[in-house]
Amino acid sequence: MPDREITFAQAVREATDLCMAEDPTVYLMGLGVPDPKGVFGTTLGLQEKYGPDRVFDVPTSENAMTGVAVGSALAGMRPILVHQRLDFALLSMEQIVNQAANWHYMFGGRGGNLPLVIRLVVGRGWGQGPQHSQSLQAWFAHVPGLKVVMPTVPYDAKGLLIASIQDNNPVIFIEHRWLHNVKGHVPEGAYRVPLGAARVVREGNDVTIASTSYMTLEALQAAEVLSEDGIEAEVLDIRTLRPLDQEAILNSVVKTGRLIVADTGWKSFGIGAEVVALTAERAFAMLKHPPHRIGLPDCPSPSTPALANRFYPRATEIVSAGRAMFGLRPTGIVEEASVPEDIPDPSFAGPF
Amino acid sequence: MSPMDAALLRQLYFGMLRIRIIEERIAELYYEQEMRCPVHLCIGQEAVSVGVCENLSVDDYVMSGHRSHGHYLAKGGDLPAMMAEMYGKVTGCCQGRGGSMHLLDRSVGFLGATAIVGSTIPMSVGAARASVMKGEARAVVSFFGEAACEEGVFHESLNFAALERLPVVFVCENNLYSVYSPLGVRQPEGQSVIGLARGHGIESYEADGNDVVEVYNLSRRLIQEARGGGGPRFVEFKTYRWREHCGPAYDNELGYRTEVEFQQWKARCPIEGLETRLLEEGILSPPGIGRMRSQVGEEIEDAVVYAKQSSFPDERSLMEDVYAP
Repeated sequence: MPDREITFAQAVREATDLCMAEDPTVYLMGLGVPDPKGVFGTTLGLQEKYGPDRVFDVPTSENAMTGVAVGSALAGMRPILVHQRLDFALLSMEQIVNQAANWHYMFGGRGGNLPLVIRLVVGRGWGQGPQHSQSLQAWFAHVPGLKVVMPTVPYDAKGLLIASIQDNNPVIFIEHRWLHNVKGHVPEGAYRVPLGAARVVREGNDVTIASTSYMTLEALQAAEVLSEDGIEAEVLDIRTLRPLDQEAILNSVVKTGRLIVADTGWKSFGIGAEVVALTAERAFAMLKHPPHRIGLPDCPSPSTPALANRFYPRATEIVSAGRAMFGLRPTGIVEEASVPEDIPDPSFAGPF
Repeated sequence: MSPMDAALLRQLYFGMLRIRIIEERIAELYYEQEMRCPVHLCIGQEAVSVGVCENLSVDDYVMSGHRSHGHYLAKGGDLPAMMAEMYGKVTGCCQGRGGSMHLLDRSVGFLGATAIVGSTIPMSVGAARASVMKGEARAVVSFFGEAACEEGVFHESLNFAALERLPVVFVCENNLYSVYSPLGVRQPEGQSVIGLARGHGIESYEADGNDVVEVYNLSRRLIQEARGGGGPRFVEFKTYRWREHCGPAYDNELGYRTEVEFQQWKARCPIEGLETRLLEEGILSPPGIGRMRSQVGEEIEDAVVYAKQSSFPDERSLMEDVYAP
């Protein structure tokens, strides 16, 4: 069935299912994993299929449960630990950064493999506010020893999750809540999308839009609008933050000479800063225009829709940035007026 | 207390003497400034390491914290690799990347010691759960100090271990001080460490951590019960660190603890106490002790020579092993 379409959430579930069926050391835990909603549908039915020993709910003890995952990995298991919000996992930064990330290096490669996937959910809108939607991927991407993955489309969600589960290192797998219900082509059966490879989602010669996660969808929308102005954007879905596919970014920028980075996180000290710095260091002479970062402004995430509209960037900002690089006024308006800015699509009626 | 055979008593004595001599040698050599990493010596606390680990097989797992030399050695960890690690050599147990606070010898079930207080407690619980999932009959011992009981992760870990009835024995060495901070400024008066563990529904005991026979007998039972599916067990051993928190010296002159207190604990030396008893009972003889001392003396000198003569890691290896293949 080449045209089979499933949602991002179903793709995550399918990847987990396939890995658990193939490898008895893979197990899945997290608060709410076996509950009726199954972490936005990503874990539904798995406890029924694999039993409570391999798919289980946990105490609300983020740090210790991360340590439990680490210890079990050292003893031969392949844990998948799920948090319904990235914000909750901040309680486990000690285990993630001091322990898991350092483990292989600090024990001279003799400390045993530490295969561990930590699934984190980020988001925007519907009043998620300051502590239920923060896109802190840059924190994790900063740390050597971690791998950090942020898929956009269902195909990549499945292939990258399988690759993450099979990886022998701690992998932070970040899902955007606004992507869970997005459908896309996903083959049946197991396949891997390699960690560390970006993907050109749309080809173009005039400006590179390097984007992460949900912002890739905004970037694609922006690219269509820019095209009407005769500006052909190349959209590069970064997909893996660490290891970062530097060559793919540089190749595209060398081709277009212009760079916009659109990230779901804060602009300052963020993914955009890293990508722009990389480009400045290695392809400065190829730049025809100063690069532009699109990210969150330097304030916490407000809950009210009145402020959220100013807080979260959308395609319009990308269009304006692209037009400015060609001396055009920022008038490109993306057609999105019918959808309120705090929900992913008109069918969404909250709460998350 | 069950009657113990002479060979076992000699073994317990030898195990403690060995750790003491090795630690004292490290303290002497530390002044050469060739071991360029922090060291946390366990002189005075040897009975806990030896009494507990004597009950473990190579298949059982042990994890520990920053003061782990005794646990590592008692579990059978390789001495030359430990010495080389302190000298930062490529032959060290971590190729010099970890230092004294990151001992590891997976070949004997010593899964690792790390330097953040309390952090290996949940890992021990996770290793125990892995063993259960794989149908293995392992016991896991988690060593930590009483300060770890002030960490949130301690409580989270005990809760989960109790919830799942996992085969872990939590071994708390209460040496009264977290660096220079006494128990009185860290935990409320009248609160006991085992009270905290009991609050999580875990069968808990406290005992004299300077009496190796008591440590051995109690931990033997607790390890058997945990391994047999009885659920986690907790034990607090009261003991005392003789030297400074970190480094080779005595530090009573700093005034954070009294000379009187120190002398009282020193008078309860775990090694001298057992030595006196075993000499009286004819299980040990002065020449026998002499032979043990020279045996360990040779072992540590060989390990020091090995460590000193080993190469440093190649500078080009800096970026290696960040990730597993």
